[in-house]
Amino acid sequence: MSFNKFGRKSFASQTKVDAFVDYLEKGEVRGTQCKSCGKKFFPPRADCDQCLSSDMDWMKIEGVGDLVTFTRQGFAPTGFEKDVPYTTGMANFDGVQVFGRLADSINAEEVEIGMKVAVRTIQYDDGQLSYEFIKA
Amino acid sequence: MSKDVAIIGVGQSTFVRNYPGSIRELAFEAWREAAQDAGITAKDINASVICSAPEYDLQRSPAGVIAEYLGLTPQPTFAIESVCSSSTSGLRVAYSMVKAGLHDIVAVVGFQKMSEITSADSQERMGRGSDIQWESPFGTMMPAYYAMHAAAHFKQYGSTEKDLAMIRAKSTTYGAINERAVYRKVLTVDDCLDAPVVTSPLKKFDCCANADGSSCVIVASADRAKELCKKPVWFMGLGSGSASVTLTGRDNCYGLTAAMKAAQDAYAMAGIKPQDVKVAEVHDCFTIAEMLAYEALGFAEPGKGVEIVREGQNLIDGKIPVNVDGGLLSKGHPIGATGGSQVRTIVLQLRDEAGPMQVPGQPEIGLVHNVGGVGLYANVTILGR
Repeated sequence: MSFNKFGRKSFASQTKVDAFVDYLEKGEVRGTQCKSCGKKFFPPRADCDQCLSSDMDWMKIEGVGDLVTFTRQGFAPTGFEKDVPYTTGMANFDGVQVFGRLADSINAEEVEIGMKVAVRTIQYDDGQLSYEFIKA
Repeated sequence: MSKDVAIIGVGQSTFVRNYPGSIRELAFEAWREAAQDAGITAKDINASVICSAPEYDLQRSPAGVIAEYLGLTPQPTFAIESVCSSSTSGLRVAYSMVKAGLHDIVAVVGFQKMSEITSADSQERMGRGSDIQWESPFGTMMPAYYAMHAAAHFKQYGSTEKDLAMIRAKSTTYGAINERAVYRKVLTVDDCLDAPVVTSPLKKFDCCANADGSSCVIVASADRAKELCKKPVWFMGLGSGSASVTLTGRDNCYGLTAAMKAAQDAYAMAGIKPQDVKVAEVHDCFTIAEMLAYEALGFAEPGKGVEIVREGQNLIDGKIPVNVDGGLLSKGHPIGATGGSQVRTIVLQLRDEAGPMQVPGQPEIGLVHNVGGVGLYANVTILGR
């Protein structure tokens, strides 16, 4: 599957880790883990910068994470205007950090650093696949 | 201090909203001032380093066009880019070439005509400012990343929106007395706090003013500097660093590790401590960036940057005067020109020629902190007289 199905708007079509999109379609968010040295990667990488191996396992991002930081964006770049306002942020899942948007279902007033979140996959009306954080 | 490479001339254009000319004419303004300042002509320059963020340039490979217009052909010329820190990256290359003995005099020319592209094109480029494969698809933008650093800094260290407003109010005080600044109005802390939110917790005046502008720094070997210049300003330390583009690769969001590394390396090379710095220009593209700079540069311990703000240590007569030319916030931020403009300010300060912005007490050591991207690239340059 072509990687340009990933995201509200895609900017990249080719990557060796395009199976990321296949997993999104199955409802899973996955990073990679080096089979040789065990280093974990999110976002996923095809190649390990630690041991130079390209032999990777797909590692599931699951469970409960802590929100590391966030911002409520009142402005957006081209292609995202209709979604404004939205909240982008980063969460830590047992040492693996994941960047993404917070679900619109979360009341913006309630968002705070340290809040517990989980990831879930989403599909937009135009068929684009992504993931978002929800309250855990 | 080893006096082997010097700055013998500096120049910058006035930073404006819409420059009524081409990029070559814009670059010429800074070059003319720097050449006149150094008392040299184009034939004295052995090489030029041209710096800009290419996403704003319509001209492909602008180095050749700029060098031609400045009369710097047939000498070597090439471009150096690290987005907002391009011209101090260029300065690092110029220093290296002179130190290596490859050239005696090198001109570093930075420019950006941000109005060269339409607002729509600018919005489109904004979307590609982060990692296009993994983070741009979420609709991120540069102010959002700095906002996330502000939120994390607030949480970790107890800094507040008011602290950031105080940083901006300070910058407007000095922007108002800098004839080269794009934003000349004075704002109160309340003005800043009452402004509309751009991306929480950053508000309108927490963000720097876009501008068109150019800068030029002329770097020379010791022999040429002593021969040509009454007040050479010497390189004492240069540090540089980088960090992951993706936020997920960062250790935390309340500091910029690239800037910390750059600072440590620059201090080590210069053989000085943070308290030896008597005037500084830091990369305040957003108010929070200035707070992070205090801590990265060791002007305050991590988490204690708020004391610099609340005690007014950053004022022109304070313990460590910071951005007394208005900084990026008020002077403006023409991306490729910014670093060279910061260097110009420090050179003028060390020569006691900064006019109404002059820090009292004849500072002997000054520092420039110039960051590209959201802490993606960082250059710290320490200068002395």
